[in-house]
Amino acid sequence: MHLFKYILKRLGLLIVTFFIIISVCFVLVKLLPSQPAEMFGKDMALIMARREKLGYGQPIIIQYFRFLRYAFEGDFGASEVLYIGQDVWKVFVDKLPYTISVNLFSIILSIPIGLGLGVIAAVKKNTWIDHVISTGVMIFVSVPSFVYGFLVQYLLCFKLHWFSPVMDTTAGPFSWAGIVSMMPAILCLSFGSIAGFARYTRAELTEVLTSDYLLLARTKGLTRQQATIRHAMRNAMVPIFPMILGEFVSIMSGSLIIEQMFSIPGVGKLYVNAIQASPPDYNFFMLLSGFYILISLLAGIVVDISYGIIDPRIRMGEK
Amino acid sequence: MEEIKTIDKEKFRFVNDSERLHDKKLDTKPIGYFRDAFNRFKKNKGSIVAAIIVMIMILFAIVGPFCFNAQYQKDYAVEKDMMRYQYLLPKISFMEGTGIWDGSSRKKINLATKYRYEAMAIETGYAPIQKIYGEEYGTYDVRINSYASIDCFQKTLTEAQYRELMAWQDENQIQVIMPYVNNDLAKMNNMNVWYVCDQKGMPTFESGSKEFIPAYYTYASAVGRRDGYTSTMRLANDPYLKGDVDNGWSYAQRTGTAETGYNYVVRVNSYNYFIYRWGFEPCFAFGSNNMGYDIFSRLASGARFSMLFALAVSVINLVIGAIYGAIEGYYGGALDLAMERISDILSAIPSMVVTVLFNLHLSAKVGVVPSLLYAFILTGWIGMAARTRMQFYRFKNQEYVMAARTLGARDRRVIWKHIFPNSLGTLITGSVLVIPSVIFSETSLTYLGIINLDSPTMSSVGAMLSAGQGMMSQFPHLIFFPALFIGLLMVSFNLFGNGLRDAFNPSLRGVED
Repeated sequence: MHLFKYILKRLGLLIVTFFIIISVCFVLVKLLPSQPAEMFGKDMALIMARREKLGYGQPIIIQYFRFLRYAFEGDFGASEVLYIGQDVWKVFVDKLPYTISVNLFSIILSIPIGLGLGVIAAVKKNTWIDHVISTGVMIFVSVPSFVYGFLVQYLLCFKLHWFSPVMDTTAGPFSWAGIVSMMPAILCLSFGSIAGFARYTRAELTEVLTSDYLLLARTKGLTRQQATIRHAMRNAMVPIFPMILGEFVSIMSGSLIIEQMFSIPGVGKLYVNAIQASPPDYNFFMLLSGFYILISLLAGIVVDISYGIIDPRIRMGEK
Repeated sequence: MEEIKTIDKEKFRFVNDSERLHDKKLDTKPIGYFRDAFNRFKKNKGSIVAAIIVMIMILFAIVGPFCFNAQYQKDYAVEKDMMRYQYLLPKISFMEGTGIWDGSSRKKINLATKYRYEAMAIETGYAPIQKIYGEEYGTYDVRINSYASIDCFQKTLTEAQYRELMAWQDENQIQVIMPYVNNDLAKMNNMNVWYVCDQKGMPTFESGSKEFIPAYYTYASAVGRRDGYTSTMRLANDPYLKGDVDNGWSYAQRTGTAETGYNYVVRVNSYNYFIYRWGFEPCFAFGSNNMGYDIFSRLASGARFSMLFALAVSVINLVIGAIYGAIEGYYGGALDLAMERISDILSAIPSMVVTVLFNLHLSAKVGVVPSLLYAFILTGWIGMAARTRMQFYRFKNQEYVMAARTLGARDRRVIWKHIFPNSLGTLITGSVLVIPSVIFSETSLTYLGIINLDSPTMSSVGAMLSAGQGMMSQFPHLIFFPALFIGLLMVSFNLFGNGLRDAFNPSLRGVED
């Protein structure tokens, strides 16, 4: 019951935060000049109708309430620069699978490798294996993703010709051909997550491995392997599991840089394109900004709540 | 036993009244907080190495822009001929001819191209083909010197410019103006092809000979002796030098009339023209980019901007964050709660949204860089405030603070004189670690093109990366040096920052290692 209350409280806070940010964003965007209707040529009538529906030309406060009302119905207006006349929500929904696909496969790839490396490094602490893994982790955590993005693109795509340097957009996001052509992007996204998982796992596991109850387990007669798997791993997973869950939630947010670099027609690339366009495509900008804010807030909540569920001793927000 | 009720005050006397007592002087030198931290830092070899690399990079950013010809850098915005020197490969002058870092690359070329390069070597004296590895089905595997293979180009000069160039030629004994090619004979219509050839560039040889037949205009041809060429510099086998004036080669095409003033269209040798124009031989340590700009100095100035920018963000965030966090942490209670909500909300805004909105609203008014700075500050101080708040919660109920308060110290004094110095170590570490993260974000934003800082006078690492990406398969050097720089900077800055953190807070050692 306590947990339920806690979740409710967090959700309430989330909604308040989200609305404050969205409102400020909305006002700031509306203060910018929008394109004159004559710019649209044959799409003029359509664009004007969509604008009219969202309260174009009326006070910002009225526009704001209309925006909220129609947003619940999934109408965020029409694209005015990138996909002139098309519904931004529909375009967004079309792009989402690509982003989810890339990130999903990258997580599927990085969880076992990352945890594995972390466990090996922790068990073999202070041997050369640990040093190699730790150094690699340190490099991949610090170096920006586009740097090894270039490396992957140059070596795997241009030198070895294993993959095409940009995604084959005719293939579907979950088809085999699509996955193969997304492989460089998936790899690049994975490097960072692998390093993150490995570092975290190593830190947690080394702490658990030196704890008293593990010594007790050993004195009871368990082998080192048994003690590590049955006792240490379970306890080390307490903080690691929420992290994985958080990663899963943020699957959808994707990576702006990697999508841009490998031309993956996902949400991240759409966002960057909407911003880069001149003038920026404001309806896309509003929708996607809201989306990103929501995802990051949700990821935070999921992590906090899952802590409480996994380990009842931890209840965040309690004094 | 007689009970003593009262003792006269005079009877009391110090035990060791005869000798004076002092605290014993410490034998060892006192070690302060920073000294202690520095001692710990010195033991961490990785951090020392990282600190040295960071120093070198800072040095590179400071002196780098001055390491390349200043006039050349000034001409970025105005000189159109600079495009001729695009995509030159990295070259260090003393590595000449070694095959590594000497501006050469291994390529596969066809026979016609091979002839063209051989002819260029004869004409200009700079051999594009450095080494031949082998031949297969008419394709040659060769090492090409990119500096020697820059194409000749056509240039229209006024009378005065023409005279000046000729005078310079005579003075320095360097041939810049090349004889004018007759494209009826050299049918390939390429500035470098000066020999009689067909449209594919295959040369015509006289029977039994392997020597190229020059296709230059001669004075006897329709052009006549109207090139106004008075320089003594002529190609070695010019018939003119042997006294055969009629068959001498013509060096320019005169256009215009006597009333409007003559113009001269000349074919110039790019390498020597570069020497004439800027006074030094072309040699770009990190290569040149698509505009012919020097990557070394551009990278250094981009790095300088990034570092200064990150430093500014870090200092401003430290100040704002420290004040905000100190107030939050010290007073606590409802004030803390309210202030925490504000920072919670601010921290939930993705930095991308903030940056874009600031850029759209402010960049026209105050410029791109200040608006970017505001965007970084708007949400950047939160981390610092959270750190300060934690430290204040830790220290504010300790005895020494209570003592200070009992003695009547005001809040401000307790905050800044008693608690703040104790949290300084954490804050310094935090500020240092902010620098790489700001550089990272700035590079990402410029790479994505959301912030555009690229201009002839200014550059950013991200813009260099995105500009080079399209040409990566042909010219990896465009990407290699900026990527190496940013990668190395990130790794060493983070190592350095972690070393600092361990030094200031030994208890945190290995937590995030």
